[in-house]
Amino acid sequence: MAPRVDVRKTYKMLIGGAFVRTESGRAHQIGEHGEINIPRASRKDVRDAVKASRGAFDGWAGKTAMLRGQMLYRFAEMLDARRAEFSVLIGDGRKGLREVDASVETLVWYAGWCDKLRQVAGTVNPVAAPYFTFTLPEPTGVVGIVAPEAPTLLGTVRRLAPALCGGNCAVVLLPEENPLPGLVLGEVVATSDIPSGVVNLLSGQRRELVSWLAGHMDVNAIDVSGCSSAERTEAERLAADNVKRVVAPGGELELEAVISLMEQKTVWHPVGK
Amino acid sequence: MAVTTEPATTTAAPAAASGFDYAPAPEATDHVRIADQYGLYVDGKFTDPHSGRHFPTINPATEAMLAEIAEADSDDVNRAVQAAERAFAGWSRLSGAKRARYLFRISRIIQERARELAVVETMDGGKPIKEARDVDIPLVAAHFFYYAGWADKLNWAFPNRTPRPIGVCAQIIPWNFPLLMLAWKIAPALACGNTVVLKPAETTSLTAMLFAQICEQAELPPGVVNIVTGAGATGAALVSHPAVRKVAFTGSTDVGKAIQREIAGSGKRLTLELGGKAANIVFDDAPLDQAVEGIINGIFFNQGHVCCAGSRLLVQESVADRVMEKLRERMATLRVGDPLDKNTDVGAINSAAQLEKITELVQSGVDEGADIWQTPCTLPDRGFWFAPTVFTGVSQSHRIAREEIFGPVLSVITFRTPDEAVEKANNTPYGLSAGIWTDKGSRILWMTDHLRAGVVWANTYNRFDPTAPFGGYKESGFGREGGLHGLLPYLEMR
Repeated sequence: MAPRVDVRKTYKMLIGGAFVRTESGRAHQIGEHGEINIPRASRKDVRDAVKASRGAFDGWAGKTAMLRGQMLYRFAEMLDARRAEFSVLIGDGRKGLREVDASVETLVWYAGWCDKLRQVAGTVNPVAAPYFTFTLPEPTGVVGIVAPEAPTLLGTVRRLAPALCGGNCAVVLLPEENPLPGLVLGEVVATSDIPSGVVNLLSGQRRELVSWLAGHMDVNAIDVSGCSSAERTEAERLAADNVKRVVAPGGELELEAVISLMEQKTVWHPVGK
Repeated sequence: MAVTTEPATTTAAPAAASGFDYAPAPEATDHVRIADQYGLYVDGKFTDPHSGRHFPTINPATEAMLAEIAEADSDDVNRAVQAAERAFAGWSRLSGAKRARYLFRISRIIQERARELAVVETMDGGKPIKEARDVDIPLVAAHFFYYAGWADKLNWAFPNRTPRPIGVCAQIIPWNFPLLMLAWKIAPALACGNTVVLKPAETTSLTAMLFAQICEQAELPPGVVNIVTGAGATGAALVSHPAVRKVAFTGSTDVGKAIQREIAGSGKRLTLELGGKAANIVFDDAPLDQAVEGIINGIFFNQGHVCCAGSRLLVQESVADRVMEKLRERMATLRVGDPLDKNTDVGAINSAAQLEKITELVQSGVDEGADIWQTPCTLPDRGFWFAPTVFTGVSQSHRIAREEIFGPVLSVITFRTPDEAVEKANNTPYGLSAGIWTDKGSRILWMTDHLRAGVVWANTYNRFDPTAPFGGYKESGFGREGGLHGLLPYLEMR
């Protein structure tokens, strides 16, 4: 019998809920024999992704916290169902499998935070006057994420999950060396009930993408975890153009990672008869 | 002694109240001691500036010189940062309970010297004495008292974490609420175990100098608080000093952006409290007389020198005429003049430069075709003054609807539906504050959810309290001051 001829996958980015190659038509090759083409996102792709994020923001931030938690949990379910596939994409044998499991665990952990944030990170303020005043965390808006190179899947999930947990939309620059798990993560997102545009995943060359993302005037915050030191300096400088929040959380499961991408809104109302 | 204690000519009698004049009610200033010259407060001592240079600080209501203030250069800044660095070792290791003792002491001394501080604040900055006396200084004392109590309770604020101080904090504050902004900066920083180098605004350094004396009275360990005076160059030297671990700035959005750029890549932590262009939104079911008081308070409090001022009035079309009529009537009763007069509602503009900026923006409003109305008051001959001003027929593209004026100037825009109000309110790069006036509870909460602003006042405006976090969305800055949230910028979690 003749050997089977594989039906190979075209890896695509996720922008606004659609799987797309880059509008620029550019690609670069990875894999042992350079057999895999990876989309090399352009500045226009970054802008499209930010626009999709902004468009999705009101709907996502406006979901009840419980529903957002359920959608993040569904994200974890969909990822868990494809453990074997992701461990192959990551490589590294059993270590790859452990990385997928840790990614699932990360999503479950943050899923559970959604409907507790207001209770843990909000306050009722005992002001010295006849007013009722309270402070609530709210998502900052569109968050740009420069995902770390390693661990390739877990690093991305660790940065993405807290942003989503708080109700933000995200534009993620995937790891450059091995973007495959990140690109396939788009398929997981697309089947997890998370609305289109909430998560956007771009592959390409970080050194050109970072400045486009950090300089975009409709991005509210940027997570520079995956930047080299020079890229980080450049990103922080560009972030000042619209007073972006710049974060680089280092830990694994951290409430601060959620809070640092949230605003705090204080509300006052008089008390009287 | 360069102090003039004469009133800034007579308080202008509003035309509408001409049949019912107020007698002058000047606040006494004889208990106030202002030195001819002040040095820099470094390492627990007042010291001469390296350059030997001083600059005058004047009373904006009379243009009389009050004192000479030292101009700190980069050598002085270096000396102050090094003193703060040396002091950090001891202060950060001191128990929280002991740090609290010092902060409680400071709070009490401020209460004891409240009237002196209020008078100097009014003389140096031009704000009405009733505001300095009843708002600024009580809030300053309360702020230190509130954060004093946190110093030994940080582990309750952040359970399961180990909060640690950061190090030397560079703090730069504006001229609109000089001592209050100092309190917002220094109280949480010290409670968390940091040491500070603070730069007051160059037009309002005096109460910071008095605060340095209060630190001496409280026997605060030397170097924990250092105060360097000067203008932009002093601030730039402070922000870029390599031993500074955290920068906190309150001021204009332009300078805030410059600071964010300057420290890019340095690893310094940053909080910014910048400009605003708040919408004060009045619905047709609001109690209109109360709403008008809220509009007045929103834009004329402290001459409109307030980052969270309600400078855009969004009024529902169906009641716009009635609101405007009531508003003009009420504006005509505002007493503009001598800030030291206890009846004064609107004091002096803080500086000639600020007056020029307000004048320029108001002229742009006229040029762009908005309709101007100003209260019929006579302004004093000397000093810097601007009559309470309201613009109608304002379009969202007008500069007076987009740019922060930071003066007693209100721009009125109408709307029909709550959705339109939200869209117009959020149509700004700023996001510091907003006001809502309506009788309907569900609408307040819906509006609150949809306004992208850090502080929302419903059926009130311009309320502040040490327990209530304050700070902006978007280009109004990041980080919060006040409340439990106000501790976070001054701590690292381990």
